Amino acid sequence: MPAQDTGAAQTDWQPSEVQRERDAWRRRQTRRSAAIAATSTIVLLGVVAAFVVTSPGWERVKETYFDWDKAVDSFPAVLEGLWLNIRVMVVCAIVIVILSLTIAVMRTVRGPVAFPLRLLGTVYVDVFRGLPLLLVLFLLGFGGPALDLTGLPTSALFWGCAALVLSYSAYVAEVFRAGIESVHPSQRLAGRSLGLSYAQTLRHVVLPQAWRRVLPPLMNDLVSLQKDSGLIAVLGVIDAIRAAQIETARDFNYTPYVVAGFLFICLTIPMARLTDRYARKQGFHGAGGML
Amino acid sequence: MSELVLEMAGVRKVFGEHVVLHDVDLSVARGQCVVLIGASGSGKSTLLRCANLLETVDDGVITFEGEDVTDPRVDADAVRARMGLVFQAYNLFPHLTVLGNVTLALRKVHGVPEEEASARGLAMLDRVGLASKARARPDDLSGGQQQRVAIARALVANPRLMLLDEVTSALDPELVGEVLDLLTDLKAEGVTMVLNTHEMGFARDVADTVCFLHDGVIHETGSPEQVIGDPSKERTRAFLSRLRLV
Repeated sequence: MPAQDTGAAQTDWQPSEVQRERDAWRRRQTRRSAAIAATSTIVLLGVVAAFVVTSPGWERVKETYFDWDKAVDSFPAVLEGLWLNIRVMVVCAIVIVILSLTIAVMRTVRGPVAFPLRLLGTVYVDVFRGLPLLLVLFLLGFGGPALDLTGLPTSALFWGCAALVLSYSAYVAEVFRAGIESVHPSQRLAGRSLGLSYAQTLRHVVLPQAWRRVLPPLMNDLVSLQKDSGLIAVLGVIDAIRAAQIETARDFNYTPYVVAGFLFICLTIPMARLTDRYARKQGFHGAGGML
Repeated sequence: MSELVLEMAGVRKVFGEHVVLHDVDLSVARGQCVVLIGASGSGKSTLLRCANLLETVDDGVITFEGEDVTDPRVDADAVRARMGLVFQAYNLFPHLTVLGNVTLALRKVHGVPEEEASARGLAMLDRVGLASKARARPDDLSGGQQQRVAIARALVANPRLMLLDEVTSALDPELVGEVLDLLTDLKAEGVTMVLNTHEMGFARDVADTVCFLHDGVIHETGSPEQVIGDPSKERTRAFLSRLRLV
């Protein structure tokens, strides 16, 4: 029988003198650490700011890079370009996850029958991880439309996205594969022992665990994709960076670049925090959780 | 009464709403072996982890070698360096050899030079009968061997107190004996120990004092003959009768 006698005792518990003193000391320590952190941050920022502002070329740099009027002026165009970046990123991210998961599964299938699948997956990853993204963009962006394939669009945007997807899927597939292989073999055994098929074990036992483990590195790749989505500008599409470049070309004032950079950061920071939150919710504490 | 190594007074530990340790008092004298018994979830492991400062107590005072170690100003690492803790699941480092596991703290915490650390590590492995496995990886050893390595790792820096948390619970019955024999030897050598176990026969043989925990409360403390042989509390009797010992 579970005891009930501790129940009454725990409600009328009052911290002892020594415990109150310890709690007070810990609170003081926390406040002190916070104060030290805040002071050191402010001092560091102050020193950096003073160092930059007092430099001889500061006035010139301020005019060229931090011109408020120019910023306001170029903002709509850059923002419109950014909207393209966002769309490209979202669409590509979805296709990349599907394609790379397929490749990763292909590469982890065992047995001699699956050899062609493994070979295909390996060759794909080797080729597209080896090729610089810019090169793939040029090859597909100009070669793709020239093929004039029936049923496929010839727009630079489409082929640019295709290049992004092909390149990124090779990286992301390796992240997925590492995740799949990190799931302990005993988990597969347990799944198969219940009568689940190979595919069912993969789907219901292995992949859910692998997914949780690779989420942080995946988010890293997503942030990277967000920025690299700008590279399709080399094919003539106008994204945020290209828009900033056009604005800049009018009077050689580089403020639009700063605007574009600021907007990109505004996009990635919430995503990073969201990843952290999600990871915590999933129960990741990392090695430093307790001590 | 000889000198106290560990003394707990009014120790309280809470996880969320759940009171895991409730006003626990415990004294361990030098050379003494105190055995904690009780059902799973009674707070035995938490008690050991509090003693090792792996958990921060929510009230009460733990005194180790005359020093109040629950004072937040105390350097917990320095306190832990003077204790040895052995885990139920061994917790050996798989990326290090057996000798590497045993000598890690000597080299990195106690500043013992490499060669001397190796010599002491080998001597300690010899002591637990595993000198021949010094270059092996923990994963290549049996459970009993791994647990003996873990004990060697905790023991090599001459701790003043050994805390052993259900060190045989993860072992096959035929491997339990080799670990319990080792602990019996340590006891004979005068090592101060606090351990919790489900092995009542062993507890009866090795303990100077047995404490029965239930729901975070020490219900009964006394000699093994008394607590295990002739429990005075109904709850102790109920626990032991489930193990068919009374």
